[in-house]
Amino acid sequence: MTAPLLEVQDLSVEYVTEARTVRAVDRVSFSIAEREVFGLAGESGCGKSTIANAVLRLLRDPALISGGSIRFAGTDVLALSTDELREFRWRQVAMVFQSAMNSLNPVMTIGDQIVDIFTTHERATKKAAFARAGDLLDLVGIPRDRLRSYPHQLSGGMRQRVVIAMATALRPPLLIMDEPTTALDVVVQQEIMAQIKDLQRELGFAILFITHDMSLMVELSDRMAVMYAGRFVETAPAGEIFDSPRHPYTQALMNAFPPMSGPRTRLKGLGEGVRFRDIPDLAPVTPTHWVAPSDDDSLITEALS
Amino acid sequence: MTASETPVLSTRGLEKTFTIGGAFSRSHVRALGGVDLDIAHGEIVALVGESGSGKSTLARCIARLEQPSGGTFLFEGQDIMATSKRRATREYRSAVQMIFQDPFGSLNPVHRIGHFLERPLRIHGAAAGRAEMERAKLRLLEKVGLPAEMLERYPHELSGGQRQRIAIARALAVNPRLMLADEPTSMLDVSVRIGVLNLMRSLCEEQGISMLYITHDLASARYLADRIVVMFAGEFVEGGDAMELLANPAHPYTRLLISAVPDPKRTEPFDPVERALLRREVLTPTGCPWAETAAEPCSDEVAVFHRLSEQPEHWVRCGRYAPSADAPGTSLELPEDDEETRTA
Repeated sequence: MTAPLLEVQDLSVEYVTEARTVRAVDRVSFSIAEREVFGLAGESGCGKSTIANAVLRLLRDPALISGGSIRFAGTDVLALSTDELREFRWRQVAMVFQSAMNSLNPVMTIGDQIVDIFTTHERATKKAAFARAGDLLDLVGIPRDRLRSYPHQLSGGMRQRVVIAMATALRPPLLIMDEPTTALDVVVQQEIMAQIKDLQRELGFAILFITHDMSLMVELSDRMAVMYAGRFVETAPAGEIFDSPRHPYTQALMNAFPPMSGPRTRLKGLGEGVRFRDIPDLAPVTPTHWVAPSDDDSLITEALS
Repeated sequence: MTASETPVLSTRGLEKTFTIGGAFSRSHVRALGGVDLDIAHGEIVALVGESGSGKSTLARCIARLEQPSGGTFLFEGQDIMATSKRRATREYRSAVQMIFQDPFGSLNPVHRIGHFLERPLRIHGAAAGRAEMERAKLRLLEKVGLPAEMLERYPHELSGGQRQRIAIARALAVNPRLMLADEPTSMLDVSVRIGVLNLMRSLCEEQGISMLYITHDLASARYLADRIVVMFAGEFVEGGDAMELLANPAHPYTRLLISAVPDPKRTEPFDPVERALLRREVLTPTGCPWAETAAEPCSDEVAVFHRLSEQPEHWVRCGRYAPSADAPGTSLELPEDDEETRTA
């Protein structure tokens, strides 16, 4: 096995205010290999977006990286200077944000916004940049003449494609996608996912893919981790988590997306008000499947459902 | 659409047109274009479709939060539009209850939970006297699986799932016969969603309440509903028994929706060409695939519904019929680079 592309060790992030300190990410470790799709699942508020922002060093006060290390292709991300960060972001790691389709500037044409990337990061001439912007739209199946369109003239799905294309513009080895399809309609969502898969195959970047939709994640990811209240509770190859989720929380997440085939059976959810506390460190079940030991299987109850 | 007994709700040709724009640029959006829907006693009907397809407008018309622009609807055999012209009666308001998407916006933060349950009980005269009121409130909490101490809490102390349960308890306070649930789980944490669906199911089974479950999530519709109706651009395109419809989807729009559901067990990979063809079929239909086999002849004037199977029930709108030009926009635009579909 070669050295991983991204290696996060014991990362902790705290939100520090005068009144209290909240630990949003608590001693989390994972690594992503080159060309690997790593899924991070969990509910709103569990800290998955905080991890993404920490990797890109986008956290601002009151958030504070209080421990651990982040290494990208051997370099210590937490030690980068402001100038080095400028170089690191977008060229090494690019991000597609949750409300990405609203992240386009409404008063600039699509073309001008893409051209900006090439002129800023690569000092390309305007003409060369424009040609490359066209190539980029080709890549995601949008006609070149759309370069002259303004964001509001495109549908939500097309805008999302543009944003994804922009993230791949400098061919970064790692893309972070934070709920890239949640704001889209179901029909469009699946097409964007297919687009992401195609691009990934073609350009060979690795993805840190963040979502709360387990079925979407299992479809796309190679490996995945499930997060709860700042801690990892389970990590394994995606298919394995799908077939045999071990942690009660993972099981509850899985059940939230009923199957589309087979007979209808009654599924159980997490009981109302159930909280996991003091989640222990992950322990291996198999060499690739790690679970935080949880002695209480009764947490998933039908009594309250 | 069985005629064995009087349905709880029965709409015929229900229409709703919204007027938009100012005095000089007035235009109309047809949110509902003639909808026939029957819901039987104790039945759960799922209404599925993408956002903007008119699902919520239909629910709001049935709840009398919007005045339909045309058509009729009967509730337990009574013509509601005739008996109460502008304002629905209190009796109707208690018989039909709505559960909204956002449990964070539907509970006033300054009141304790007890208040939300007490109000409907008092206004609709369901409980008299203090002792009976207390018992009624506790019964409601028990029905939705929450402990008694909830009565003293404020909404901000509750999780999303607990709040939605309170919203359901509040609806139950007035003994409704029909519940309109508009995406009741889409704003909840995923791990508690299935619990809320299970609760709705058992309420329908135990108390004979009928339900219109509005969602864009076909997997949850399959899990919960007896029947599914698929809506596109303000009109029904296909409907029938939930399992039958999802096993043998006929209309291209339904097939498009189903192929969009992420399914880790999917065997064939996603095929963009086929999906582009489906889109084309939905937006610019060329002919009716059921013309030969169906009993009902196709018509160019009216949207005929072809019956594909009687038992289990399954019907589909005639393939000749295209969505109306006045219908609201849909996310289904034809791909601009249409080379593949033209040659395919």
